[in-house]
Amino acid sequence: MTFLEYLETRQEHLLELTIEHIVIVVEAIVIATVIGLVLGILTYQTRRPREIVLAITGTFLTIPSLALFGLFIVWIGLGTAPVLIALVMYALLPIVRNTIVGLREVDPSVVESAQGMGMNRVQRLLRIELPLAWPVVIAGMRVSTLVVLGIAAIGAYINGPGLGNDIFTGLARIGTSTAVYVVLGGMLGILILAVLFDLLYVLIFRLTTSRGLR
Amino acid sequence: MNESTNGPAKIRLENLVKRFPGQAKPAVDSLSMEIPEGEIVILVGPSGCGKTTTMKMINRLIEPTSGRIFLEDEDVTKVDADQLRRRIGYVIQQIGLFPHMTIAQNIATVPRMLGWKRDRIAARVDELLETVGMDPATYRGRYPKELSGGQRQRIGVARAMSADPDVMLMDEPFGAIDPITRDRLQNEFLRLQAEMKKTIIFVTHDIDEAIKMGDRIAILREGSHIAQFDTPEQILVHPADDFVADFIGRGASLKRLGLSRVHDIELSEWPTVREDASRSEALRVIEGSDKSSALVLDSANRPRRWVAAEHLRRAGEEPLGSIGLPTDAVVQPHATLSDALNEMLTARYSCAIVVGNDGAYLGIVDIDTINDAMRSMRSVERGRMRDRLIGEDDHATEVGE
Ligand SMILES: Nc1ncnc2c1ncn2[C@@H]1O[C@H](COP(=O)(O)OP(=O)(O)OP(=O)(O)O)[C@@H](O)[C@H]1O
Ligand SMILES: [Mg+2]
Repeated sequence: MTFLEYLETRQEHLLELTIEHIVIVVEAIVIATVIGLVLGILTYQTRRPREIVLAITGTFLTIPSLALFGLFIVWIGLGTAPVLIALVMYALLPIVRNTIVGLREVDPSVVESAQGMGMNRVQRLLRIELPLAWPVVIAGMRVSTLVVLGIAAIGAYINGPGLGNDIFTGLARIGTSTAVYVVLGGMLGILILAVLFDLLYVLIFRLTTSRGLR
Repeated sequence: MNESTNGPAKIRLENLVKRFPGQAKPAVDSLSMEIPEGEIVILVGPSGCGKTTTMKMINRLIEPTSGRIFLEDEDVTKVDADQLRRRIGYVIQQIGLFPHMTIAQNIATVPRMLGWKRDRIAARVDELLETVGMDPATYRGRYPKELSGGQRQRIGVARAMSADPDVMLMDEPFGAIDPITRDRLQNEFLRLQAEMKKTIIFVTHDIDEAIKMGDRIAILREGSHIAQFDTPEQILVHPADDFVADFIGRGASLKRLGLSRVHDIELSEWPTVREDASRSEALRVIEGSDKSSALVLDSANRPRRWVAAEHLRRAGEEPLGSIGLPTDAVVQPHATLSDALNEMLTARYSCAIVVGNDGAYLGIVDIDTINDAMRSMRSVERGRMRDRLIGEDDHATEVGE
């Protein structure tokens, strides 16, 4: 059996895993974006809190994923939930950092003119600062997505969903005739997802960023 | 109350103080002044003297440490700051257009916050674009980065005027543009102001801009201490002290020429002759005057040529309209005396010809005319000064009673 023939026979199974993979990555990024935006907005103006948030989210990113998953088995158990929590932790730093950078880079004179025209704090944030910081935030989301795509595969180690399942199954059966194909199939799926997500971000950027900023 | 202001005060600052944390000297130290309704009051002074700080306290972007600000007799140091700001047009030093919004959206910001109807906003945006001389169809959908510096500055001004505030604060609104464009924007703005009659506080570094734009100029020294607060004429003719004199610079007399216009002064005569007149008649005209040449006018009284006696004595049969020299240095009555002087310096007979809107000859301006004008300007100012002193005496006796 060739690799192509393998892919053909396992089509449905692979598609199912791919969809699971997409779902958990999208969930993680959405949650991380909400948390990241809130943390960024709350801390970008004050030095101490800002440094603390960046230090903590930075530490998350340095924890080896296998170790974290192992700890989560003890604390939370097996399944999707601990994987999702871990992925959110890994996705936070790029999003928080870019939110803070983006908001701090907004030209102060633009904010001052908004204030001078009678916009209150919330209006300034929603109508001026966030739209101006948005391209930088999206860039952060893009990096987070790539990071999380790979780490999600390791989530299969604690019975998480997605393409990691095939990778671990295949690795466990190395030596049998199709084991390599099973591993390669999972990896190929993640690779394709990485490309597709990248294209998606180009599209999102075009749709959500003002022409005046491009 | 204050003799120096004609109309009622629109804005009144009372012992305004701003002390930034950690600074020994206050940035604004007990400033009191009245801004009359419908006038442009200019704040000028050296960098760091507190102009921007003063202005930002009026719309409360900076909260005063102490003192009070009255807008139409209402103490605005207590009212809601955002509501206050929507009533005051503000042009900041760095323009500050919103880069992610179109020109139309930028201009519509305050009307939208005030809850105007969509149609009314669209109509207002177009009207303002016309007002600042930019074609609405071309520019309303553009983004700030697609405009030149001068165009952005105009949009900044249009945006500040959007909800038709009767008070405007303008911090170096024509700062970063070339002198020619700046001159045009200043003229456009003065034309607008003649209709709008808004109360405007205008900050600039440039004393020439102050003299041109201001109904009244406040020259400030460090800490926003008023060195002199008066009309441009008074400041030029009677600088209060050396600081003011230094600030105006040496060219004060010349600058004053930028304040009066040709139609304000008495024009001089020059011998004239119609183009269908004979040469001998022209010669008689010249000999009967103290000048060496005559101005040839056409049938509609428009200046055509200069002819001098030597042109006439030369043989030939050509009519007066085609001998002599072409006219140069022609100015209209609304030109300033400094424009006229400029023309005059390069002109053949050291005078500028004044023509009406229809091009018809009215008279000439020469160096004597300008000298007379300056002399009378000085005596008028001196008279006004005396009146004021007498007025103050009256006031004093009233108080004494
Ligand atoms: N936010 C601030 N914190 C501390 N000091 C300030 C602040 N803003 C202004 N100052 C100080 O207050 C003084 C007056 O500043 P201001 O900006 O009003 O000057 P300005 O007259 O507008 O100067 P320029 O002509 O350069 O714009 C300066 O000494 C400045 O350093
Ligand atoms: Mg300033």
